Amino acid sequence: MELAFKRPECLIDIPFHFCPGCHHGIAHRLVAEAIDYFKIRERTIGVASVGCSVFMYDYFNVDVLEAPHGRASAVASGVKRARKDRIVFTYQGDGDLAAIGIAEGIHTANRGENITILFANNGIYGMTGGQMAPTTLLGQKTSTSPYGRDFTYDGYPIRMAEMLATLEGSAFVARVAVNNPSNLMKAKKAIRKAFQMQIEEMGFSFVEVLLACPTNWGMTALEANRRVEEEMIPYFPLGILKERKMADYL
Amino acid sequence: MDQNSEKLLAKGNEALAMAAIDSGCLLYFGYPITPQNDIPEYLSKHLPALGGEFIQAESEIASINLLLGASATGARAMTSSSSPGISLMQEGISYMAGSELPGLIVNVSRSGPGLGGISPSQGDYFQATRGGGHGDYRMIVLAPSSVQEMYDLTCLAFNLSDKYRNPAMILADALIGQMKEPLIRRKCGKMDLPPKDWALTGAQGRKPNRLKSLYLQDGELSEHNWKLHQKYEQMKKEEVRCESFLTDDARLIVSAFGSMARVSKTSVELAREEGLKVGLLRPITLFPFPEKALYELAQRVKLFLTVELNTGQMVEDVKLSTDRDAQVYFYGRPPGSLPSPEEVLEEIKKVYGIEHSA
Repeated sequence: MELAFKRPECLIDIPFHFCPGCHHGIAHRLVAEAIDYFKIRERTIGVASVGCSVFMYDYFNVDVLEAPHGRASAVASGVKRARKDRIVFTYQGDGDLAAIGIAEGIHTANRGENITILFANNGIYGMTGGQMAPTTLLGQKTSTSPYGRDFTYDGYPIRMAEMLATLEGSAFVARVAVNNPSNLMKAKKAIRKAFQMQIEEMGFSFVEVLLACPTNWGMTALEANRRVEEEMIPYFPLGILKERKMADYL
Repeated sequence: MDQNSEKLLAKGNEALAMAAIDSGCLLYFGYPITPQNDIPEYLSKHLPALGGEFIQAESEIASINLLLGASATGARAMTSSSSPGISLMQEGISYMAGSELPGLIVNVSRSGPGLGGISPSQGDYFQATRGGGHGDYRMIVLAPSSVQEMYDLTCLAFNLSDKYRNPAMILADALIGQMKEPLIRRKCGKMDLPPKDWALTGAQGRKPNRLKSLYLQDGELSEHNWKLHQKYEQMKKEEVRCESFLTDDARLIVSAFGSMARVSKTSVELAREEGLKVGLLRPITLFPFPEKALYELAQRVKLFLTVELNTGQMVEDVKLSTDRDAQVYFYGRPPGSLPSPEEVLEEIKKVYGIEHSA
């Protein structure tokens, strides 16, 4: 009998440290499945960022380099320029990519670096205990926006995917969620597509994944899952924002 | 001169760029800043034809992290900048030291603090020799004093950096970087280096490699810091380089590095012409510092004069090295005015005279 479902070869068989109801584990699995699908595990190099995602090297069965906070996309660009035949990806949270590392992220996309960025957007600083992120929604209470995010003080949540999609260097930009089976399947497809773009040397690929953070949102797993649907997706709409065709690349 | 050598008239910055290529470094990342722009300009012209990569990054922060990534694959790579840019790189340098990554960082330093100016300065001595960023680490720091040394020490820096899996720095200034002198471009010397089995190349037929500086398990970080410390101790034993000039019979030792050593050497020659027994001890490696050479000199020479283009930094290391066995005087020039050999000679005479009147 054929095995219908198994752990991806690319994912090490140990329990995740993530909180109950956190979506990071699902996103990790989708990345691992994409790497398995293209059989590129032995030529993939991952770049870990700072935040809950830093322990990527404990989970992915690939070579992994740890980048300083916010610098993962610059580090990944350096890896790729030195080894163009390798597949290079980063996995960065919203603080890492949209706050401290926004310059590196934008310029990496603008140079059209042939790497893949997985952007984990849960609208909060998870690792440090629930502070406001650049993607925290207006009115959302966090440990550093105790009265709710107010645009007169804190500005507006940044839509990274839309911003990066405007750059000529971007080949593939998508936003996905993993809060229900339908969205999960689309996320799987988008992440796979992002790696495919890199394999085909089409240029910079970027997938923003909306994730629930029940612990720091002060919610149960189910409530947090509902919040992704009811509050996050309306502000951060899902879909493919840019997809370069071979024709316009040439 | 053998077939592999070529005699040229070159700027210090160009000599350094040539040495990078001759060392097999085909990856350069940097952001424009005076007075080191000849380095990226030279490499942006020559690297593509050699199959290399040149990126003008959006900042020095990106530059050092591009270097971190490239070095992690085992390739030779470099960045260059000047003082304010080097300040921005400190985070990345700390990560490179913590993750035990080689790589060359060039500081053709300028004057500070803040935006300061572009004139020659040695105000970055502390930053270069004390690590510079957060945490307990050191860089290998080489201080060229001529165009030829810009070439030779760059070759050496790549080798030492690989040997110790530790970032290395060339600390120069506008005087050494912008000056034109004859250069013999000979093939960079090879060194027996350990294989880079730690490099990230894709986990083909082996377990995945990890390059990181985060250590959270009980005792892990302490052990890691001791391991780094052992490397620095080994550098102190094996890699110290300095130039002794007319020190054998000297009653006064001038100590200076880089551009200031260049000026001071002439001052020592002038002093000798006047019959004063003066010598020069020039540290070539600022880390590891020539502690032993200075200590040994201090057992028979009682007067030291440290000359720097700052208000007193290396003089602390000279004092520590001579360990109160000698009197250490200091002559400093903050940025903006380079002393002439005659001006340094006047200072030499003052200190030399102190001994006579004692």
